[in-house]
Amino acid sequence: MGSRTRGNDMKRIYVNEKWCLGCHLCEYNCAFANSGRTDMASALKGKPIYPRIRIEEAEKTAQTGKSAQTEKICYAVSCRHCADPLCVKACISGALTQEDGVIRIDRSRCVGCFTCVLVCPYGALSPDGDGVMQKCELCLRNAVGEPACVAGCPNRAIVYEER
Amino acid sequence: MADYIIVGNGAAALACIDGIRHVDREAPITVISAEKHPAYCRPLISYALEGRAKPENMGARADDYYEKNGCTVLYGEKAVKLDPAAHTVTLDSGRVLPYGKLCAATGSSPFVPPIEGLDTVEEKFTFMTMDDMLALDAAVKPDSTVMIVGAGLIGLKCAEGLAGRVKSMTVCDLAPRVLSSVLDEEGAALMQAKLEERGITFLLGDTAAKFEGCRAVMKSGKTVDFDVLVLAVGVRANTALIREAGGAVNRGILTDTRMRTSLPDVYAAGDCAEGYDASIGANRVLAILPNARLQGECAGENMAGGDRVFDNAVPMNAIGFFGLHALTAGRSLAPDEGGEIYEERTNGGLKKLYVKDGLLIGFELVGVMERAGICTSLIREKIPLSTLDFDLMRRGATTAAFSPEVRRQKFGGAV
Ligand SMILES: Cc1cc2nc3c(=O)[nH]c(=O)nc-3n(C[C@H](O)[C@H](O)[C@H](O)COP(=O)(O)OP(=O)(O)OC[C@H]3O[C@@H](n4cnc5c(N)ncnc54)[C@H](O)[C@@H]3O)c2cc1C
Ligand code: SF4
Ligand code: SF4
Repeated sequence: MGSRTRGNDMKRIYVNEKWCLGCHLCEYNCAFANSGRTDMASALKGKPIYPRIRIEEAEKTAQTGKSAQTEKICYAVSCRHCADPLCVKACISGALTQEDGVIRIDRSRCVGCFTCVLVCPYGALSPDGDGVMQKCELCLRNAVGEPACVAGCPNRAIVYEER
Repeated sequence: MADYIIVGNGAAALACIDGIRHVDREAPITVISAEKHPAYCRPLISYALEGRAKPENMGARADDYYEKNGCTVLYGEKAVKLDPAAHTVTLDSGRVLPYGKLCAATGSSPFVPPIEGLDTVEEKFTFMTMDDMLALDAAVKPDSTVMIVGAGLIGLKCAEGLAGRVKSMTVCDLAPRVLSSVLDEEGAALMQAKLEERGITFLLGDTAAKFEGCRAVMKSGKTVDFDVLVLAVGVRANTALIREAGGAVNRGILTDTRMRTSLPDVYAAGDCAEGYDASIGANRVLAILPNARLQGECAGENMAGGDRVFDNAVPMNAIGFFGLHALTAGRSLAPDEGGEIYEERTNGGLKKLYVKDGLLIGFELVGVMERAGICTSLIREKIPLSTLDFDLMRRGATTAAFSPEVRRQKFGGAV
């Protein structure tokens, strides 16, 4: 920590909500990229998956005049890599750190206390099957090297760029 | 004379160093550390008892952190006297150090109540530091019977840490429920049931009135036999340094929203400080880790000439035992103040959201944790519920409840 990356000087994942199909491919690509396996079937087939990016889905009914219109909302949410990350400040074990602007988790230190879940304003952390937290690390530490979710999105509803 | 001194070497102290270094990369920092260890993650001590964390792996920062940040740490030394006029601090070794700006990050100490006969108890412990943990760790055996006085976070985390390592455990508290300062009756009952499942016995609304060696005589007249006693009735802010120097002190060291104390060039942060709590609109000690870090960083930046304000502190607690987690933030509603409560019960779970004047002011969640931080942000940022779909939000925390513009800004805008 110590040095803080302020502002926009790094690539992040951004959402183009109107282009999201709600196909959940990003979730599968995320789970696969972080599985350490080389084929998708052995990594994912018949197993519960714990993706670090999640589709948020909701149906909202808006009243326009006499007719009620149901609007379907869906888009992918993953860690924003906050410049001033509350999760890092709240983590009780030192598992969460900020390195060159990227918010990382050392899963061997995490004790699954949920403090980070309590403070993250985006709902970007969730436990895996063992109760250890996981979060998006932009695929910088797995074999893919850059966000697998973005690479596999069929409709550019998520992009990886500097803004 | 522009040097910085930080008294204490816990979470608030580290954050204070970070804060100073955001603004001033150069001037030396001296850290006075009563404990002989580099700063470690204090809440991990119960996980260390359990074997889920290893003492050598509990350091709060990388090994070269102090060096990289130009800090000299005086281990095993205590600041005993502050002279605000002379800008000096005296250590227990007699050394006198001058400072330009000083931050009290002295944390809190376990309160040991003056119970009759306490001196007759041989194996008694508090549970606050690494050394406390190591001493307790060495004292417990598979056939130990343990008594813990205090059913707050620290007492119960200690109980969780010892579960499975000892023959039996009894926890007592004068309050009628566990975790009484954090949870309401219903939430507390769920947590208590979880702890009881693991064989922990509770004596609530009752406490030790007298000790006779290895026996506690309770207020109610009951007796409890034990061979290891843990005292966890509460903590008190370490305020003496500032109080004796003439600084304003209430339960904690009083600070403004820039973490300045009433003494010139003296700041305070963490468990020792009584800073502004936005949930009640008044100063209050918030002895939780996130607060220590946020206050410490704010103090540090201001000590170095920055202008940081920390005015949205609210209580935030994540408390879990054996896989059941309770998350709370903000405050609940007093019986006579109006407002609305949204409640939901699922099997083994509980959700209560407290709404007042169109704002979410607090919540209590047991067993339903998903994306809780979105609700915390509504409290901290005082977001009017009229600007979002609260119906959707209260069914399950989601950013989809925000308006399209807010969502676009959150997920498409510059961070
Ligand atoms: C078992 C346990 C579990 C906890 N779990 C949680 C949790 O899950 N979540 C949460 O939010 N919080 C938790 N807490 C509380 C959290 O640890 C504290 O809020 C946090 O450590 C406060 O940090 P601090 O820097 O203010 O004080 P501390 O970490 O207490 O550091 C203060 C340091 O200053 C030193 N000191 C005091 N006086 C002097 C002096 N005069 N000279 C030199 N040094 C001095 C002390 O020895 C101490 O090392 C827990 C606490 C305990 C004990
Ligand atoms: S996990 Fe949440 S709080 Fe932490 S950096 Fe990511 S978005 Fe921000
Ligand atoms: S759950 Fe893990 S990562 Fe999150 S605050 Fe607790 S220890 Fe840190």
